[in-house]
Amino acid sequence: MSSIEKSKIEIAKAPPGIEGAGFFATSLDKAVGIARSNSLWPLPFATSCCGIEFMATMASTYDLARFGSERLSFSPRQADLLMVMGTISKKLAPVLLQVYEQMAEPKWVLSMGACASSGGIFDTYSVLQGIDRILPVDVYIPGCPPRPEQVLDGIMQIQKLAQSETIRRRDSPEYTAMLNKYGIE
Amino acid sequence: MSIAKNTSTDIIEKEYTTLNLGPTHPATHGIFQNVLKMDGEVIMEAESTVGYIHRAFEKLAERRPFYQITPITDRLNYCSSPINNMGWHMTVEKLIGVEIPKRVQYMRVIIMELARIADHVICNSVIGVDTGAMTGFLYIFQMRERIYEIYEELCGARLTTNIGRIGGLERDFSPKAWDLLDKFLKDFPPALKEFENLLMRNRIFMDRTIGCGPISAERALNYSFSGPNLRAAGVDYDVRVMNPYSSYEEFDFIIPLGTNGDTYDRFMVREQEMWESVSIIKQAIEKIKKEPKGVFHADVPEFYLPPKEEVYNNMEALIYHFKIVMGETEIPKGEVYHAVEGGNGELGYYLISDGGRTPYRLHFRRPCFIYYQAFTEMVKGAMLSDAILTMSSMNVIAGELDA
Amino acid sequence: MDNNSLLTTIQSKLMSQFGNDFLSAELVADYPTFIIKKDRIADVIRFLYDDTELAFQYLTTLATIHYPDNQGQEFAVMYQLHNLPKNYRIRLKIFFSVNDLTVPSITSVFSAANWMERQEYDFFGIQFKDHPNLKRILNMDDMDYHPMRKEYALEDATREDKDDKMFGR
Repeated sequence: MSSIEKSKIEIAKAPPGIEGAGFFATSLDKAVGIARSNSLWPLPFATSCCGIEFMATMASTYDLARFGSERLSFSPRQADLLMVMGTISKKLAPVLLQVYEQMAEPKWVLSMGACASSGGIFDTYSVLQGIDRILPVDVYIPGCPPRPEQVLDGIMQIQKLAQSETIRRRDSPEYTAMLNKYGIE
Repeated sequence: MSIAKNTSTDIIEKEYTTLNLGPTHPATHGIFQNVLKMDGEVIMEAESTVGYIHRAFEKLAERRPFYQITPITDRLNYCSSPINNMGWHMTVEKLIGVEIPKRVQYMRVIIMELARIADHVICNSVIGVDTGAMTGFLYIFQMRERIYEIYEELCGARLTTNIGRIGGLERDFSPKAWDLLDKFLKDFPPALKEFENLLMRNRIFMDRTIGCGPISAERALNYSFSGPNLRAAGVDYDVRVMNPYSSYEEFDFIIPLGTNGDTYDRFMVREQEMWESVSIIKQAIEKIKKEPKGVFHADVPEFYLPPKEEVYNNMEALIYHFKIVMGETEIPKGEVYHAVEGGNGELGYYLISDGGRTPYRLHFRRPCFIYYQAFTEMVKGAMLSDAILTMSSMNVIAGELDA
Repeated sequence: MDNNSLLTTIQSKLMSQFGNDFLSAELVADYPTFIIKKDRIADVIRFLYDDTELAFQYLTTLATIHYPDNQGQEFAVMYQLHNLPKNYRIRLKIFFSVNDLTVPSITSVFSAANWMERQEYDFFGIQFKDHPNLKRILNMDDMDYHPMRKEYALEDATREDKDDKMFGR
């Protein structure tokens, strides 16, 4: 029998805090951050080809569920992460904005693909040249369409953002000012 | 179909509810809106609004030289993009009048049939998901990953392949591609059988889909249906048989037909077409073995990009490369129409060239756009969940609907 | 029958039925192409649909072409018909000027023409007479121009962050 290989799996480190017999104390930010980042419920706003790559990411090979996104929520009220996948035309922009406004805080926006990030290869009269013209975006995933590994990397970056965010951020005046810049109240 | 009666008072006038289905909706696979007038759960009228991802392909094509149009044809029916690419290249080859060697035609057939399998895998598994059966989707999507691996080996991309050149393919199938293809042909039939066992004779699935969203053959022809939707209604129109291209006349395959044109027939027609595609690929592999090795493009230097090694070493190849990329080649004037059997039906390209480096007019005959009009007629009198199932069984791909 | 005899058969039938409204017939890259006067196109298509020998009962597609340089004949609409049992494919064309954009609609013959004609209205501004629901289909309803016409640019005119010098325009 060959020698047993050491497992390459690393257990995630606990955040800094005070540990004792049967208890662990850390700041609320960090605890909430861990909970939020590992249970993001995405809203797949899939319009075109990137939607098919998202279906491939959700399927067994590149399983998205192991990142906590087992339950896709199509109702904006129950979703944390708005994943905009595919070309957004000017006709669809008000609909996207309405979906974004219905989501409850905290919410993150992931723009997947070249068309959602910047209009992509379609520099035409009918295509919105990037959703950041109407919404604040947290993570952009370039690609046409991006590989599932890139999508998972984007989700992991959102997880990092969710983990490191302070719990007061969404009530702060800077955040409200940023939303006002887009015309969102 | 029963209309709920209000038992408490005598109601003479009935008010219909208006329900807005979309544009974003979990069950619509794509972005299109349907405003439904409903009497309880039954749909009285439906009005569709499309155009939510209109990307102006036809205007875009007037700006781009021929090779730059291939990436946008990818994004028509993006579930089976190689078929769109090959169709476009065949249109240009018709315009310039070039003869493609047999081996290249067989290789193109293999790629197109793989794309057809990929498209029908998505459609059938999504019909399953809409009836509540997620398992089939998860199992059969693995096979789509295998097809993606073959595409990656052939052209480098998974989904929007931009595969091929005018005159053939950009490279020969590598030994790894042949291995992946053989492995796929060995593993796909048992996987498809497993998928079928889940759904095909499943009592619940059959009760749910039989009689759901039917259309008669006469109405389907009047709505210019084509592809699996028309074949489910009983009309055996397949562009591969009617106007064969790329040596399809040498292949031996049947055209599966349905009888009622309902969801179950559409599911079954696509299922059987996948089996036929597997058989066509096997026949193509046998035929390729008899052709001289190594041929993967026709001899048309004004349109076929020369291999990169020659471009760096050979003056003539450099000049051709420059001319093709900059769009300086002599393009003949003409007006052609070429149709291929896409995943959804007759995908046609109407090209008018005036000798300039970009087409004067390129019109796409998009099957999805044409048959989606019939949706309002197909769901009249059906319940809401049947409407969802009809929509998904028609395989409406938003890219092809709006272009 | 092959394309040449199909061309002559249809030519003689249309000539006897429509006389001067039938303008020309020719074979363009294996497609018998017939040019009809604009106002009779719906009647011609109905005739080809009902004729027992020809029976063109499948509308493949219809498309508009804009020729801004042809004075008096700036627009052309092309219809492609198909006889499925016998596998005949033909093309019909009408030419008309930008000042008179009314074309008879063929939705009474083919239900498929409904959205196809709406698309042509949306892109080029062709007014189809007797169309049940002629409004924009792919573009936004409040768009005030017809984008596929050659005089309009592809890009969005209100875009301010694209430097034309860098993009070769």
